[in-house]
Amino acid sequence: MLDTAKTSKVEFDYSGGERLTMNMGPQHPSAHGVFRAILTLEGETIVGVDAVIGYLHRCHEKLSETLTYAQYPSIASKTDYVAAMTSELAYVMAAEQIGKIEVPKRAQYLRVIMAELQRVASHLLWLGTWCMDMGGALGGGATVFLYCIRERELILDLFESLVGARLLYGFYQVGGTRYDIPDGWAQKCRETINLIDARIGEYESLLEDNPFFLARAQGVGVISRELAEDVGIAGPLLRGSGVNFDLRRAAPYSSYEDFTFNVPVETGGDCFARYRVRMVEFRESIAIVRQALDRLPDGAISSRPGLKSVAQIRIPKGEAYARVEGPRGEVGCYLIADGSAKPYRMKWRGASFSNLAVLPHIIPGHKIADVVAIMGSVDPVFGEVDR
Amino acid sequence: MTREQAKALIGERFSSAQVDGDAPTSAEATASRPIVVTLPVDQWTAFAQFAKTTLGCRFFSFSSAVDWKEQGLEVVARIDNLDDGVGVMMKARLGPGVSACPSLVPVFRGAEWMERECYDMFGIQFEGHPDLRRMLLSDDWQGHPLLKSYAVDTPHPPYR
Repeated sequence: MLDTAKTSKVEFDYSGGERLTMNMGPQHPSAHGVFRAILTLEGETIVGVDAVIGYLHRCHEKLSETLTYAQYPSIASKTDYVAAMTSELAYVMAAEQIGKIEVPKRAQYLRVIMAELQRVASHLLWLGTWCMDMGGALGGGATVFLYCIRERELILDLFESLVGARLLYGFYQVGGTRYDIPDGWAQKCRETINLIDARIGEYESLLEDNPFFLARAQGVGVISRELAEDVGIAGPLLRGSGVNFDLRRAAPYSSYEDFTFNVPVETGGDCFARYRVRMVEFRESIAIVRQALDRLPDGAISSRPGLKSVAQIRIPKGEAYARVEGPRGEVGCYLIADGSAKPYRMKWRGASFSNLAVLPHIIPGHKIADVVAIMGSVDPVFGEVDR
Repeated sequence: MTREQAKALIGERFSSAQVDGDAPTSAEATASRPIVVTLPVDQWTAFAQFAKTTLGCRFFSFSSAVDWKEQGLEVVARIDNLDDGVGVMMKARLGPGVSACPSLVPVFRGAEWMERECYDMFGIQFEGHPDLRRMLLSDDWQGHPLLKSYAVDTPHPPYR
């Protein structure tokens, strides 16, 4: 018989006197790439984080100085490879601003259609992977992921029938677009976005009726408005922290002023607020694509002659900072031209880089499991972080 | 605050700064055209503080540098007033052979990673930065690749 009086008392409470350093990544599945976080823990609670990035650095900025204005746009795809259509756009827009090159209306509308389809595809990948990261909480893990990938494939099919590629497109060129939409593409596009539009409600009911999802997203990873602006996070993160700022509205480019759409703003600043912003953006992007398809003007797709040599595009001396609203926020390209066929200096403002920089400020105080939820809600793409 | 009011305030407070934001660009760029302010480097941090508090430029977009070869390095930073849509592009020349620059971290926390990257790529020593280490390259990297003196095909042991 066990003498309870004699058994020594076991202390389960942790007094917090000891710190542990834990390495998370660079191959952690929730990192969505190669991100290493050196966490300092007290028990299960994080008290410090040192973020290590650069594993995917391919010296885009140095490389761009050696490539001409005709060559680099297709390389620009590789910065944010999940949203290649928007990173390319920032580069060609910067070159067009310096060279004062007008873009035909049809090309501007095509750019808008592709950028918005890309936003839907990118948000689908974000939603799927984020939910898979929090898999245990969603009673089945990969369910939402597989649904999202199914829909994303349809958009990639559209891109494939347009340019022949599924991930890195090379669709834009200085002065317009490289391709026009083929016959029947618009109809196929309408069918696809109608299908996706109908299914977004399904994801919402899958997630928002699930108390485990809400418990992991609500109140987790709160970014205050003040911190958001100070660090310079952008896109859905900024709007999730109560800042009503969207470049498509604040500084319209590529004829965005022609379309009516809403800019969702949430004030919670937590993972759930960022989730809500992106869910509304799905529908707004689809609405923009519909309007652009309805009103797609006829005419040329480029104001410049077809490319016959790589050094054909020369822009005068000058500098410009072109920014577009990518799926992850402000993607900026600061370009300095010296009059030759290659840029003198090019700086990428990667949205993911700035968004990720907020992590060391918000992670301390959370549990390890929350890091996964917060990382997913930030939606970094490491090609854009490391460039 | 409008663009003109901001320019007037800058001219009033920083008489030695060169304010040139009216270089005409394409119509598309006009709406988002920043006020370009070229400053003496000793006013770099003071101007950032002024822009943040007085001009409402609380959004830190990016900072970087440009190597103008024999004329030395130039640091640039872009900050925005999101409510009024006023953007400021700050610039300062460090001078030939100079690689020291005051840090913006005390004003904008977003400058922490941007200046680490800038140190990594240009070797600029940001004075007052709390944690100036390499950002993208490994700690044992030699040289600063975005300098014009760094050839694209510079070998880096052991990867030759």
